[in-house]
This record gives sequence, structure tokens and C-alpha cells, in this order.
Amino acid sequence: MSSISVRIPTILRSYTGGEAEVKATGSTVREVVADLDANYSGIAARILDDNGKIRRFVNVYVGEEDVRFADGLDTPTPDGAQISIIPAVAGG
Amino acid sequence: MSLPPLVEPASELSVDEVRRYSRHLIIPDVGMDGQKRLKNAKVLCVGAGGLGSPALLYLAAAGVGTLGIIDFDVVDESNLQRQIIHGQSDVGRPKAESAAASVREINPLIDVIVHNEALSNDNVMDIFSGYDLIVDGTDNFATRYMVNDAAVLLGKPYVWGSIYRFDGQASVFWAEHGPCYRCLYPEPPPPGMVPSCAEGGVLGVLCASIGSIQVNEAIKLIAGIGEPLVGRLMIYDALEMNYRSVKVRKDPECPLCGKNPTITELLDDYEAFCGAISEEAADATKDSTITATELKDLLDNGDIFLVDVREPNEYEIVNIPGATLIPKGEFLSGAALERLPQDKRVVLHCKSGARSAECLAIVKNAGFSDAAHLGGGVLAWINQIEPDKPAY
Repeated sequence: MSSISVRIPTILRSYTGGEAEVKATGSTVREVVADLDANYSGIAARILDDNGKIRRFVNVYVGEEDVRFADGLDTPTPDGAQISIIPAVAGG
Repeated sequence: MSLPPLVEPASELSVDEVRRYSRHLIIPDVGMDGQKRLKNAKVLCVGAGGLGSPALLYLAAAGVGTLGIIDFDVVDESNLQRQIIHGQSDVGRPKAESAAASVREINPLIDVIVHNEALSNDNVMDIFSGYDLIVDGTDNFATRYMVNDAAVLLGKPYVWGSIYRFDGQASVFWAEHGPCYRCLYPEPPPPGMVPSCAEGGVLGVLCASIGSIQVNEAIKLIAGIGEPLVGRLMIYDALEMNYRSVKVRKDPECPLCGKNPTITELLDDYEAFCGAISEEAADATKDSTITATELKDLLDNGDIFLVDVREPNEYEIVNIPGATLIPKGEFLSGAALERLPQDKRVVLHCKSGARSAECLAIVKNAGFSDAAHLGGGVLAWINQIEPDKPAY
């Protein structure tokens, strides 16, 4: 099992008790999101839609790469990888 | 990837301009050539609010020769915590005019064009066509998608920034050289999923952090220097104090700038594309929206259970006497339902009526068929019933 650090955007920190970065395990993005939800119940539903796909206004990056342009939820997450969850915000 | 300068240089700088811009002129990368390009540049800033304030001030000071300001709004007291282009005496004044006055004071050598109107489908192409580059300081998804689409259709670079609480994002979208906003975020979030700054708040100084990145990128594009933020998303976390950048790829399937575009002109209705409130919420509020005066009567007579669905810190700022605080999240999770009484009519309210509409759909769905919500939220209550209380 890879150990992954996950960056949590402000908007989702209510699920992580205010933590900006949390640890998770999993060898793909899908597994990491499932592991996140096991520890922070409800967070997966903010990232994935009802069909289990990544929501179109949320981007998930492994390192610098947007997983939409890799293998989506099946994108591998090597040990020590950093995942960033970046939702669209519109404030200005 | 470096790009050629966006703008041709002006023929010369006046003596006054040489004096004023001397600290630019002695930077080898800018020099006379770069400053002449800035002088010839026409930049439009969409919105004179949080991001527009620092952006306009620095664009003006930098010597961008023609600066357009478009905003339909008037200055409100709650703007002054972050919108530093406006002052106390500007409250009630159109933002475009107030911003123009500040800009002229900073730099009388530039031309300022005031568009004291809302950017809309009817005028966006016309207005944008007069500028070389668009700086986005708007505060909602509908306008951002419209600005992006117009910029792509006209081939203009679009310097984008966005803020929420302590988080900022910035990028440069320019379909000729990289991705557009739709490549980054193909669809807007459904209504109610992502709060606005009016609902969630924003740290005032965050505007400067992101607005200054936008001006930095605008200057680089105009003068053709450095590495533009094309194809990268800069992410700023003010609490952690770090900047990170990730790649933004041009989506070959992008409906606007991809290989086989299906969007070849502006959408008919960007508000509908982004949805002010969801369809379920709109349905739920039909015949179930009460006014502040009606709420007052219901409260005076007793028989209702009033629920405030805002966040605890908003409740602390101002609340309606007798309201029980159950934040919207508890409706989304379902936990709120068991706290609602079966023998009283449930009435919901939030700040302005959007969140309570979303909750109303959930409550009605759970069988509370006579539930209602307060149209206009606590702001309407303050306005009509308790004017001495603070609006926020």
C-alpha cells in the first residue's frame, strides 16, 4: 500500500477537522479516495458524482498531473506521491 | 514556453513618462521597448471588486496606456474590507466610476474607459473587441464562462484569478497557445455546491495576492517577457503560505477550443448554464416562499419552527430571534431531519435565500410538505423588520 499525502482545499476542510494535508493509502486515485472517505466520512461524495466519476468542476492531481489526462481514477499513486484536490471557485 | 509580445510598441515615451516609469526603464527586460508596449496596450478589467481593485491600481501605475473598467455594481460598505480602489466616501457610487477616479489619481497619463454596465451576451463581444487582453475579476461562474468563451472566440488572452476564504487560483487562458477555462473546469458546479465569497467569506488581502499575479502575467504577455502562466494553474494557500503550480492541459475534446468544437458562438444563457439554484430547489420554493413580514406574523403567532441553515459564524454576526441553527451540511447529510418537529410548520432561512431553497427541497422530499423558506433570507428580514441589525 502506498502512503500518499493529500492536499485538502479550504472548501473541504470541514471534513478533515480543518487539516490542510492528510495521509491516505492506496495504489490508485480510486483507492486513495475510498481510504479518505473511510477516515473522513462524506468527503468522497464531494469529489465523485453519483456514478462514481470525478466531478467535472473538481480536478484531482497526482503530483503536477491532472488525472483526467492520465487514467482518471485508475491513475497510479506511487508511494510518497502528493495528491491535490482542486475544486473550481468563482470568488473575485 | 515564452511568447512573442502581445502589443506593438508606441512610437515614443514623453519626458513625463520617462520620469514616471524610470524604475521600469532601467530593468533590462522591460526597458524603453517594454514600456512603449505597455503604453500601447489596451487592457480590460472585468469587475472593479476584490481582484479588480489591486489589478486596476497596478495596471494603471505600470503605465498600461488604455485601461477599461466594467462593473454594474455600486460600492457597498461590506466591499471596503478588500476592495481598496474604493474609499468610504465612495459608498453608494458606481464602482466603475469610483475605480476610474482612483486610477486617474494614480496615473493621469493613461486613458481610462468606463463601462458602467453589466457585461452581458449583448455587449461582451463588442466591448472585448476593443482590447488586447482581458483581466478577470468577476465573482460568479456564469460571467467567468461567458468571459472565457468570448475571449476564445475573439482570440484574446484571458488572465484569470479566483479566490475563496484563504485559497487563490490564477492562470492565463489563451486558446491559441494553450488551454482555455473550459479545459481546466469543463463544467460549473451545480448550484449550492460551491459557496460564493458572499456566502463563505474571503480574506481581504488574498485579493492582492492573486490580483498582483494577474497584473504580473498581463505585463509579461504585453511585453513578451518571461514564462507566461499559460498551461499552468498557480494555487496559493494563504494559511499554509505556499504557492504550487500544476499543469493545465489543452483538452482535445474541449467543446470550445478542442479539435471539433461544438460551441462556435456564445451560449444563449450563461445563468441557466450555471444555474442560480437547482431545478429541485426552484420547484420546492414554488408556493412555499414567504416574505419577511409573513414570517414576522407567523413567529408572533407561535406555531412554526424556524431554522437558520447558515454557518455558526454567520449566525453569530446576526440572526432572527427564535431561529434554531442547523447548518446546511446537516441537511445534505440527512442528520438535520430528525431535529425537525412533526407538529409544527418548518420554515427555513439563510443569508439571501439560495441555500434555504436547496434545503427546502430536501425537507419537502422527506415529507414535510408544508415547509417553506424565507425569500431573500436574513437580509430581507433586516431590511424589512429589524433595520437596526447589521447586514453583511
